[in-house]
Order: sequence, then structure tokens, then C-alpha cells
Amino acid sequence: MAGIVGYGVHVPRYRIKVEEIAKVWNDDPESIKKGLNITEKSVPGIDEDAATIAVEAARRAVDHSGINANEIGALYVGSESHPYAVKPTSTIVSQAIRTGHKLTAADLEFACKAGTAGIQMCAGLVDSKMIKYGMAIGSDTSQGRPSDALEYTASAGGGAFIIGSDKSEQIAEILKTTSYTSDTPDFWRREGAAFPSHGGRFTGEPAYFKHITNATKQLFEMTGFKASDFNYAVFHQPNGKFPIVVSKALGFEEKQIKDGLLTPVIGNTYSGASMLGLAAVLDIAKPNEKILLTSFGSGAGSDSFAIEVKDKIDEKRGKLTKVSDIINTRKIYIDYSTYLKNRGGIKKR
Amino acid sequence: MRDVAIIGIGLTKFGERWEHGMRELMAEAGVKAITDANIGSKDVEIVYGSTMASGRFVGQEHMAALLADQLGFKNIPAVRIENACASGGSALRQGYMAVASGMHNIVVVGGVEKMTDVTTSEATTALGGAGDQEWELSQGITFPGLYALMAKRHMHEYGTTEEQLASVAVKNHENAAKNEYAQFRKPISIQDVLKSKVVAEPLKVFDCSPISDGAAVVVLAPLEIAKKYNDTPIKIAASAQASDTLGLSERESLTELKATKIAAANAYKNAGVKPSDINVVEVHDCFTIAEILAIEDLGFYEKGKAAKAIFDGETKLNSKLSVNTSGGLKGCGHPVGATGIKQAVEITMQLRGEAKERQVNGAEIGMTHNVGGSGATAVVHIMKRAN
Amino acid sequence: MEKASASAWRKFNARYNMIGNVCKTCNTKYFPPRIVCKNCGRNTKMEEYQFSGKGEIFSFTKIHVPSEAFKESAPYVIGVIKLEEGPMIEGHIVDSGKEPQIGAKVKQVFRRMYTDGEEGLITYHFKFELI
Repeated sequence: MAGIVGYGVHVPRYRIKVEEIAKVWNDDPESIKKGLNITEKSVPGIDEDAATIAVEAARRAVDHSGINANEIGALYVGSESHPYAVKPTSTIVSQAIRTGHKLTAADLEFACKAGTAGIQMCAGLVDSKMIKYGMAIGSDTSQGRPSDALEYTASAGGGAFIIGSDKSEQIAEILKTTSYTSDTPDFWRREGAAFPSHGGRFTGEPAYFKHITNATKQLFEMTGFKASDFNYAVFHQPNGKFPIVVSKALGFEEKQIKDGLLTPVIGNTYSGASMLGLAAVLDIAKPNEKILLTSFGSGAGSDSFAIEVKDKIDEKRGKLTKVSDIINTRKIYIDYSTYLKNRGGIKKR
Repeated sequence: MRDVAIIGIGLTKFGERWEHGMRELMAEAGVKAITDANIGSKDVEIVYGSTMASGRFVGQEHMAALLADQLGFKNIPAVRIENACASGGSALRQGYMAVASGMHNIVVVGGVEKMTDVTTSEATTALGGAGDQEWELSQGITFPGLYALMAKRHMHEYGTTEEQLASVAVKNHENAAKNEYAQFRKPISIQDVLKSKVVAEPLKVFDCSPISDGAAVVVLAPLEIAKKYNDTPIKIAASAQASDTLGLSERESLTELKATKIAAANAYKNAGVKPSDINVVEVHDCFTIAEILAIEDLGFYEKGKAAKAIFDGETKLNSKLSVNTSGGLKGCGHPVGATGIKQAVEITMQLRGEAKERQVNGAEIGMTHNVGGSGATAVVHIMKRAN
Repeated sequence: MEKASASAWRKFNARYNMIGNVCKTCNTKYFPPRIVCKNCGRNTKMEEYQFSGKGEIFSFTKIHVPSEAFKESAPYVIGVIKLEEGPMIEGHIVDSGKEPQIGAKVKQVFRRMYTDGEEGLITYHFKFELI
């Protein structure tokens, strides 16, 4: 079926350490680092937003894929921080990567899983031959209310995947995908509100764990695979701890999830998180290896994918910008006041 | 072509003129000029007015008709000339052409800018319109920013230093202190400049001309009848102008203004003089780096040599070449639309021998140099004592 | 600043993608694009040309006192960039953990340029980042 033809990611250079945030709120940094399994998070520059991150990721994806951008027939940008309430991010990306105008585009929002929802939509469109290639992007500059636990994790980043049905071009094939969805109010943000609200511990068991577990089990049933059949597993990672707990419950070992676990060093990039995790695994995966990806979006739902790596992956690596190169190159550490300024927290007018 | 002379001059004090609006400033300078020329309102045949951005500063366009009306020149033709910071010099050239062609005899050229009714950042935005709106102003590139880019490159290519830049401001404040019309009357030191707030690196507040209110007016007449009105008419020996790209980065060089070089070459040729014949010059020092570029491009110094010469005092009053005896834009003030005409007023005073404390000894030939934008327009005039 | 959305929209090709043009009569490349070739006048034959977005710093400054529309982002660094295809263009040099220097290599990135208050348009633009 449909598969990945190319991908690209972007993460802003700025970082803030747990210690710097903890200092402001008189929290104990060590207990937070341990409790959330996170040391620092990415922060967007004052001139970066979900659209600019999406564009940078999309440009890298086009370079990596080797396709002509005007053959992209569908473009979906998933985010919970679209720069406009009304006016699509996807059209900005379309213009910036020169897709031409013969395409369908839409913005998606499903908390942290809008990116993987876009992959599923693209897969359907390419498998039905309605389009040749689809691009799905998850990109966010997420917000955490000051002093809330989310402030330590809510970060910025994104990933873009080009989906196509021609097996000769695929670096990885999507063997199966399935979703589990229910109306679960664990986390929300109303129109005009600057920060999201959440149900505290309600975001755990009945939300994150239930949806990821059920979606992944559905996938196991559909494919006959079990945890040990996968070389890698990527789960949505709102903090560094949840994905470890859920992966164990599903029968995975730490070595299967460590390469796709980025939240400890970049924070939770929301719609970008699963996409970045998958990209980090694809950066190192070898042909014929299998990857499990299960996202989670509050509200709530999970999309689960069984992905098999193809021979083409080695051939296309020459044009790849790796996740590790992006997140480790010339990081700029900022203090809390610069963080506030970058996030628009200091009003000059 | 007829020879043209300046027969009357009028200037307001430059500075923060809180009690006076645009029309009061125009009237103040205008009445002085027609009084100095000893003409009646009915003698004036046409008015050329210059303002860069009166619409942005005070909401008033259509400034030339207003100038004619405020001075009681009833129903005569009035034309506004806008060429950014070179509006004044450009208007003077239009007046010159009107007289030289034989079309008109008595012509009034007046420039004004009332800048202090808006905030500094609004003024910065308005002045930014002199550059390329689509590719400079739209990216937040300010006017000091454009000259800073030139300064940085000049420093890179010729080893020009921040102290040398500062010495331009120090010299011009020294001259301004002797000029009753000047905005700043206090001498400053190199350290004062270096310690002032950074505007656009390497330029600091004291490297920049100020935001000013003011007006300047001159009266022109054919030289053949000038003596009828004035004992010491000043002949405009050459009027030359050139243009260049609006955008700074489209130019071949960031360390010279080609428009200045071309206008200067034509002016020297038309007046039949060479740089070493010039006794006094008013150059367009909107920023300290601009004076360095100007005296190189006008041919007084080889490229890369002017900064040291200024630092060494060669361009001070009554030294090798007296540059910006009025205090320049930096010390005297820079009410944009008035500046080019004020330069002509200053040179007229110098050549008449009326410049008091700042008089250049034996001044016979003078020059004005007025630049628009970051160099998209340059206007050069050469003037001589007529007798 | 550009409050009219149409004036920003007209320049999206150049501002988002650094698309300039080339005169096929004399092969001179232009960025930003222009209608009339400086060499060829009425014999101009312009075609779209995609610039690589790579170049080097020819001069730069850090602007501390901004214009009205850029109050939120000051101070910011502006460079004159000599593009590898020849033309020079001014642009922002974003903070990338490296100090700008004349001669340093840069590449284009996609960033916000200007935000018209709380309710107006957001304009996007190329900027440059040190390689």
C-alpha cells in the first residue's frame, strides 16, 4: 500500500533547561527532570511559528524525496498552533515549496495527532489513485500555561512526510494503519484562549494510555504482528515517561523505543512529536526492518501504523538532513526572560 | 542659457520648534528672503517648494501652493518637488532652470520640514520611504541601517574607525556652536559620540543627524539684473544632478555614491573649476559616514583617505578645506525638505562674507552637495561671488 | 508597512522562494525581479529564475532603533548578501548561534517578517542564516 517517499523535520535552535523554568516557580528541578524524564525543551524564535517550521520541514522532505513538488496533489498541515484562526497554514506551505495550484489542501487540528491523521488521509488518496503524492505535516509551537507542568514540556518542532503509492520510490511502506477514537475531554483550548487547560491525572489512564493501547492492539490483531516483530516503536511522547510506561505494557523493550524518543531533549512538539520520532528512527533504520508508530491526540484518539523499511532508504540518504543534525547543531540556550520575549509574553504595545 | 544669481536668502532657526507649525516656519524664512532680495510679493513669478514627507509628518500635501499663499504671492504657479532628502537641492535646480531658460525672472525656492509633531519611530518610518519600500523598509531596514551598512563596508575596505566617524560629528558640532541658526550649539567630544546610544551598529545617536523643524528660502534672478536687487549677488556657476538605484544593495559599490561622483564631475565641468578651487563646501552629512563618502566622491580626497583627514583636522573651519561650516545636517539640523536650500543659504552667506564667527577667510567659490535616500539622488551646485 | 494584503501577495514568489528573473538577451540575473533589463532596455526578454538562496555577507549591521513596525523584534541583524548567482540583496540574518562576519556564508530560511498587530496579516519572507 501507500508508503513514505521522503521526509524532513525542523526544530528551532533555542533551548530552555528545566532548571531555568524551575527557578522562576521555585520548583525542584531534579524531581521534575526525573518525574517527566526531560532535561530541556525547544523554543521558537520570535519570528518562528507553526507555518515557518512546517515550511522548513517540507522543503527538507521535498529535497530528500527527489520528487518535483508540483506533483504533490494533497497537502495537510496538522497543528494546534496554526498562526491564523481562519486562513490556512497549508496554503502558505504550498506557496513556499512551489507545489503549484493543482492540489487540495487543508489544515488539521486534533491536538497532538493531527500530523499522523494527515498521513492516513494522504495514504487513502494515493492508494485510491486520486493523487500521485500527498504531503502530511505535523508542526507546532505549543503553549504551556506559566507554572503549569506543561510549561516544562510544551515545545516547538515539526515533521513532514511525502506519501506515494509507487513502491519503487518508497523508502518505507505503510503495511497497515488503524485508529481508536473516543470523546474524552482530557485537554482543550477554547477559541481565543492563550493557553490550553487539562484534566490533570485524567490525561493519563483514560486518555493517553487507553487510546494508545487500544489502537496498538487493534493493529496487532489486523496484522498478526506482536511487539517483538518490530525493530523500533515510536509512541506519542507528551513527556519522557509516558511512552516508556505504555511501551512496556504493550510488551516492547527499551531498545525498541530509545531511538524514537526525543522528548527528553527537545520537549513535546505536539503535532510534530510522533512525526519527529518516526523520522529519527527512519534516519537509522535498515531495509526490511519494521517500525510501529502510535500517535495520540487529546480529545481523544490514536493512529497506529505498521511500517516496513524498503531498500530505497539507503539510496536516498545522500539528500537527507538527519534529525540528530538538526537538534544538536548550534543550540542556543536562553534564560526565562528571553523565553518570555520569544513567546510574545512581553508586550511592547 | 542665462546666468543665474541668488539675490535673497532666508532661514529659520533649526531645531525643535514646538510653537511653530509648517506654515509659520515657511513664512518666517520666506519673509526674510524677500526682504533680503528687496523685492515685492508681486515681483515673484513662480514658486518651487520642497518637502520630503509633509503628508507623513503633518498630514499636509500640496505644499508649494501653500507656500505661495502664505507669502502672499497671489495665484502664481507653484510646484512641489519631492526627491527625498534631496528635495531642497532638486527644487533649487528647478528654480535655476526656470531662470536660466529665460522662462521666468524672479523665482522663489523654499523648503520646509516640520518633523517633531510625530514620534521618533514614526519619523524613522517616514524617512525610510526614501529607500526601497518593497525590499528595504518592508524588512525593517531603517535609514541609519542603510548608512550603517555602508559604514561597516567602508571600515572593512579602508580600515576606517569608529573614532574617525565620531570626529565628523565633533567637527560639525564645533561649527554649529558658531551658527545662530543651528540646532546644536554645544561642542562635543569623541568620547561623547562613542558613548552615545547605538542606533545601527556602528552608528550611534551622535553619528546621526537629528529630527528637526525648519525652513529655508532663496530668491533667484538673472545675473544681468541681479545688482538691481542686491549688492553682492552670488552666481550659481553650475547645477548638476544624477540618480542611482533606490535600493542600496543593487549598486556596484557600497563605499561610494555614484550619483555624487557623476553630479560632481558635471558640476566641475560646467563651472570650469576643479576640486582644489573650492574654498567652502556644504556636504550631505545625514550620518557621519556620509560626510566621509561625500568628500571622497566630490574629489577632495582619494577613496579611503578622507576619514583620517577629517580626524586630523584638515576639514575644520579655515584649515585645508572648510567642510560644513553651518554645522552640516549633523550639527545645524536636518529638516529634510529645507536642507538642500539651507546649504545654498550657508554658501551664500560665506561668499557674501556674512558668516560672522564661522566665516571662511577669502571664500570665493563654494559648493553644495545634497543627497536623497541612500544615494539614489545627488545634487551638486557650485557658486561664485559675482563681482 | 503593508497593511494591504494584496501588496504582500503580489511578491510571494520572490519573498517566499527567492524567485528572481534572468534576461535571455544578455543573460543578466536579477533579484529582486524587475521588468526592464538594465542592459537591454526595450530588447529585454525576462524569464523566471530560481535563486539558490545561498550567498555570503557583504556588509551587515545590527539595528537597535527600529522603524514603527519592527518594535517587537529589535535588535535585529541586517545584511547585504552577495548571492552566489551574482546579485546583492538586503535581508535579515537570524540568530543562529554564530556571529555574523563579512565574507561568512549564508543560506535562506523561511521566517515571519512582520505581524500587523493582533488582528492583521502576518507576512512571511526569506531571511538568511549562517551556514
